Amino acid sequence: MRMNETWVNALVLLGLVAVPGWALMVDEPFTITLATRAAILALAAVGLNIVLGIGGLVSFGHALFFGLGGYAMGILAFHAQTYSALDLGFIQIEGSTSMPVIWLVAMGVSALVAAVIGILTLRTSGVYFIMITLAFAQMFYYFAISWAQYGGEDGLSIYVRNGFPGLNTLAPIQFFGICFVVLCLVLLLNARVQASPFGLALNAARQSATRVEAVGLDPIKLRLVAFVLSGAITGLAGALFADLNRFVSPSMFSWTLSGELIVLIIIGGVGRLMGPVIGACIFVGLEHFLGGLTDFWHIYLGAILLCIVLFGRGGVIGLLTGKEGAHV
Amino acid sequence: MSLLEVQGLTASYGSSQALFGVDLTVAEGEVTALMGRNGMGKSTTVKAICRLIRASGGLRMRGQDLHPLASHNVARLGVGLVPEGRRCFADLTVHENLIAAARPGDWTFQRVAELFPRLEERASQRAMSLSGGEQQMLAIGRALMTNPRLLILDEATEGLAPIVRQEIWAAIRRLKQETGVAILLIDKSLKELSSVCDRAVILERGTTVWSGGMTQLSAQTTERYLGV
Repeated sequence: MRMNETWVNALVLLGLVAVPGWALMVDEPFTITLATRAAILALAAVGLNIVLGIGGLVSFGHALFFGLGGYAMGILAFHAQTYSALDLGFIQIEGSTSMPVIWLVAMGVSALVAAVIGILTLRTSGVYFIMITLAFAQMFYYFAISWAQYGGEDGLSIYVRNGFPGLNTLAPIQFFGICFVVLCLVLLLNARVQASPFGLALNAARQSATRVEAVGLDPIKLRLVAFVLSGAITGLAGALFADLNRFVSPSMFSWTLSGELIVLIIIGGVGRLMGPVIGACIFVGLEHFLGGLTDFWHIYLGAILLCIVLFGRGGVIGLLTGKEGAHV
Repeated sequence: MSLLEVQGLTASYGSSQALFGVDLTVAEGEVTALMGRNGMGKSTTVKAICRLIRASGGLRMRGQDLHPLASHNVARLGVGLVPEGRRCFADLTVHENLIAAARPGDWTFQRVAELFPRLEERASQRAMSLSGGEQQMLAIGRALMTNPRLLILDEATEGLAPIVRQEIWAAIRRLKQETGVAILLIDKSLKELSSVCDRAVILERGTTVWSGGMTQLSAQTTERYLGV
């Protein structure tokens, strides 16, 4: 049976709310934390899906922005909690435990780094782009390992979750609510971007850069804007992820995380609005249920990925709606 | 002043030279036929004008040298290309194809739909599901959405059914009569070109061998250079 994609999208979001709602009723806070983790990973993958799904750019270094968002949160919260200023040489900045402030910094830093990396990498394509983005992420990974001031290889613990005006962020359901609302807002933004002339031109540039140039559009500029937007969203997800765990470490920059974000999107549906959300829910579900049974649960994840790549190019959402995803 | 001036244009594909000295001019509101047998350099000339391949020689649009410009800036200067083989954005719908290319100006989706009513009927269909003729109409509509001063049509009716070819030619005539956009046409139908074009330029082995008014084109010349 083929389902309408709008209905599938609505059901997915409803399911993502229903699970923690049920967990709250039966007093299962860990399940709420799992749903929060799924929402945050979905948010990071929604960011990546802009460049991967719409723009056709296989960024194998998006963990870089996830890590930057995480460290933005960790550093600001660390300085706020230790009452010390962050000394940048030419300016001293006070720390902050306010989530909105941390989000803005996380997105700003990620966008700025994405702009610089984008300018340097977007003239390449294919395997070169994959390798260069991976190389940048690895540079930051090794830098974080050697950054002793903020925990080096051991990472940095934040003892109290950051605050949001009017909410108790330490209550799992309220923190889930924040993450879910942010996810919905970003999905809304993503839907608007996809349907806008910019999104359509970016999609067109994925299909043929030459033809896009022939109608007066610069594919490099289109991709750069998408890369910056994508980096900012993934950075925001990193800040939320660090708040969820109250911990940041170099592993947030690791290439395995970049790979997992790509896997989430492929499982859910490349270029589809709700593909990353479905992928994240399946990933977190498998991680929890199969991870409890065996340490080798990634084998099953690999099998699922293999089946989807071989038999369902549109991912789970493609199987449900009968439509193939974007051809990357 | 001519809208487009091409003088002594040369171009190569790697070590293989394709153009040895093309001269052509297109005036504002004029329809010019670029003619020649297969492999004589017509499409290469178009690609060079649009800066899709490297070329040297005189290449000016409204007096501005096109050589320093990237191809998207040539398009922004007012050169709208309908490439050979249509090449629509297959994953986008008809409406999305047109909106993606839209630039400020007189041409809107409604105006394109008025020119090609079939496109309005297929507005929500993906370009990949259209017939060849409809894809060609979409490719022309997409180029018009950039509000060009010069529209270049490279083999716009090639491989289409006769009835669809007639629709395309009717649209070209309407463009000539109603819009005043200059058109550079590459096509094999001498009969249709004769009825639409003001001027003609003939290429032979990458060089301009004849140019003049369409009415001056003699049977002897067409037989010699076009084989018809």
